[in-house]
Amino acid sequence: MQLIYEQSRPGRRAGRVPTHGLPVPALPPELRRERPPRLPEVPENELVRHFTALADRNFGIDTGFYPLGSCTMKHNPRVNERVVSLPGFRDLHPLQEDEGAQGALQLMWELQQILAEVAGLPAVTLQPAAGSQGELTGLMLMRAAFADRGEHERNVIITADTAHGTNPASVTMAGFELAKVATTDRGNLDLDDLRAKVDERTAGLMLTNPSTLGLFDEGIEEVASIFHDRGALLYYDGANLNAVVGRSRPGDMGFDIVHYNLHKTFSQPHGGGGPGGGPVAVRAELEPFLPSPTVVCAGDTYRLDHERPKSIGRVRGFAGPFGVFVRSYAFMRAYGPALKDMSEVAVLNANYLLARLKDVYDLPFDRHCMHEFVLSARTLKREHGVTALDIAKRLMDHGIHPPTIYFPLVVAEALMIEPTETETKERLDEFVDAMRSIAAEAKDSPETLKDAPLTRPVRRLDEVKAAKQPVVRYAFDDESARDRIESG
Amino acid sequence: MSTAGYLSLTDADRQAMLEAIGVTSLEELFEQIPTGVRFDRELDVPEALTESALVRAFGELADRNADTSRELSFLGMGIYDHYVPAIVDAFLSRGEFLTAYTPYQPEMSQGVLQAIFEYQTAICELTAMDVSNASGYDGTTVAADACFMAKAHTGRTKIVLAETLHPMVRQVVKTYAPGFGMEVVEVAHDGGTTDPARLAEAAADAAIAIFQQPNAFGCLEPAPELAAAAAEGGALPVAHVDLASLGLLEAPGNYGCAMAIGEGQSIGNYQSYGGPHYGFLAARQEFIRRMPGRIVGETTDLEGERGFVLTLQTREQHIRREKATSNMTTNQTLLALGGLMTMCWLGPHGLRELGESCLALAGYAKERVGLPLAFERPTFKEVAFRTPIPAREVVTRARKHGVHPGYPLGRDYPGLDDVLLVAVTEKRTPADVDRLAEVLAEVVA
Repeated sequence: MQLIYEQSRPGRRAGRVPTHGLPVPALPPELRRERPPRLPEVPENELVRHFTALADRNFGIDTGFYPLGSCTMKHNPRVNERVVSLPGFRDLHPLQEDEGAQGALQLMWELQQILAEVAGLPAVTLQPAAGSQGELTGLMLMRAAFADRGEHERNVIITADTAHGTNPASVTMAGFELAKVATTDRGNLDLDDLRAKVDERTAGLMLTNPSTLGLFDEGIEEVASIFHDRGALLYYDGANLNAVVGRSRPGDMGFDIVHYNLHKTFSQPHGGGGPGGGPVAVRAELEPFLPSPTVVCAGDTYRLDHERPKSIGRVRGFAGPFGVFVRSYAFMRAYGPALKDMSEVAVLNANYLLARLKDVYDLPFDRHCMHEFVLSARTLKREHGVTALDIAKRLMDHGIHPPTIYFPLVVAEALMIEPTETETKERLDEFVDAMRSIAAEAKDSPETLKDAPLTRPVRRLDEVKAAKQPVVRYAFDDESARDRIESG
Repeated sequence: MSTAGYLSLTDADRQAMLEAIGVTSLEELFEQIPTGVRFDRELDVPEALTESALVRAFGELADRNADTSRELSFLGMGIYDHYVPAIVDAFLSRGEFLTAYTPYQPEMSQGVLQAIFEYQTAICELTAMDVSNASGYDGTTVAADACFMAKAHTGRTKIVLAETLHPMVRQVVKTYAPGFGMEVVEVAHDGGTTDPARLAEAAADAAIAIFQQPNAFGCLEPAPELAAAAAEGGALPVAHVDLASLGLLEAPGNYGCAMAIGEGQSIGNYQSYGGPHYGFLAARQEFIRRMPGRIVGETTDLEGERGFVLTLQTREQHIRREKATSNMTTNQTLLALGGLMTMCWLGPHGLRELGESCLALAGYAKERVGLPLAFERPTFKEVAFRTPIPAREVVTRARKHGVHPGYPLGRDYPGLDDVLLVAVTEKRTPADVDRLAEVLAEVVA
């Protein structure tokens, strides 16, 4: 289909801006723009058709089942969109005096209380914009805490070989060195490897629990002791917290710092890539280092506290992604204590799918899973040349979004499947039928899988070509611009 | 079964599923959690609400906020009450956009991928740059991203920030810098703007110099001279700009900047008490492989048809891990799409008119408000006035008249306690400015 720029005709327009009939003061000539930006000139009806056509070419949870492992694609309740659009939230300026933002501050305070209860850790910052920024914040908190204790030599962070890529990337951005710990064949951290690696230079551990394999680490108490005995800290990557809400708390497992992914566990819609929210909770001893400002409560009055001398500083503008807080808090209030049922059903649904698929795909870790599980297509690949990618593409023809593939890295031909708690049994059964029929097809007509998808608006796309000669913006009819881009 | 929340299994479903799994109860599935770390009591959280009760409770909270529909507001300082077109609401609530994840599977995601490609194009056009990412978190973190890129590009570690760069942007850069192994130097303002000679001196051995146009005092910096001053000693000149100004003000790429960054909220996002919004980061072609975050590129499918994919992913954390250009994964795509839709709705003429409307109203405010200007500099949509009593006190008093007169700069700048920063947008009217002038005259009398 056409780009919006290709539909542009000089002289057309959609919006009109009030001009107020006032004289326009002159700008200094050297600061004045000479050539206008080539924004499209399109009437509103054609804009509406364009974005409708784009929406039709996109797939969300609202379209169908979306078992993208580790991404927790659960239903996004529509009432959350209604309450976030209330003018009192939507049109509130972030620099409004605290006295004029009491409702917003109270909401943030109450959200913090629930997050603290869920994690079993008392002090919360809502500021980080996403899980990965929460990770970075957590690492900065560790650095500040050790600097405060005079333990400047602690510069190594240990991550699991199953970790999300964000963990090692955050370690680099925070200026730490990385060490990796192996996983046992039951999917737990290798304690002997860990004991050998933790020493006086260790700052801490970053761990997802349940892991990206969807398995709860059965040795977590021992893991915590290994670090705490050496004076190091434990960071909980909350990407999989949705498996254990009301069942087990990171603070009780021994973690000192936790981030939450509000867009996973607490249903903030992911918007095709974002926004998210990555609040961080810590033990009381680490509270002084939390980013500034924090939300505090005195009696029934709420305010932003900027007087935080030991704080690591600010990690984002203003007090955080407030609209995300409104939606997540609405989600929590719709569940109440039944948030526990949310996690239980997520675990039940995942185990049901696992039970019904493990005879047709390889199962590298044969245990009950938590909220997600990892299958492997290595036998199908060896015997029929069919890869995890082919299976993913073929699922599209069944109207199902593929699972996460080729992650975690420790599993060859990985298919990481997370159904979430909101799906009906019928949807789960449809997925099982689709996966089983694809496994059969892999044996009978593997070429069909290589051709898939056959029913999407485009066929399989050439990602190698895109990276080799990157074209990352429309070149208009300006050949010199296209040359410049392509020569990059 | 739970009566709360958003679950759908019946008792019969549950039974059938447990049987298929081969367990007799849910408890067996949770046995992998060691007994010592199980949580055995009920969560101590407020009771569940039905949907209607929830709407009522949230309505009561929202009513306790003085939003810009209840108070005549002249607050700006980085977040602005510009008009958000109706098409933004209409399309950001479409489930196909709203409820999709990052487009890892391009055949399922052509809509959002093409939209991001169109967004990248619009940002490149506004800033006169070659490449834009799919968005950063906000206008503060993109500055930290730019510093990380500059260190990798120049091998230098010094960051130079104009003091007139938004205080929160400077604070975030200072939070990130130690982890990057970088140090920050600030250049004081001189009468409301940055002196190019002072910037050149500070930037002589720096990796990057960041200034803001229009700056945090609302003043127009001598941006081309600042870019040249930074580049003189080999630092990368970076402008932090307001998209709403770029129909009128020269684009950073046209005066020698290596990158253009900023907060996108003013184009297409509501104020929302500070977020979520989108940060933008655009750069010259030579920086493409150092960019953080997602980038969408054009390609073809098996049949030669045009399509779009996430590209240059070897920069990113999920492939490159500790060697990635950033740890970013979630970004602000939906908010950036609000920006794209608004830029398309405005078109080149609308964007220019938007700028002229702001410029004209700000000029009108200078005439009507009977307070001296804090700085004798040209401005765009914000004007700093000197107040005869502390500006914070002016705010407190004016709010009692239903007018929020602006931002007291002394909150961030010691010594500017008597400076009030008044912002206008095209949504204000000359009558609104008259009202502001009247209230200010009364409260400072």
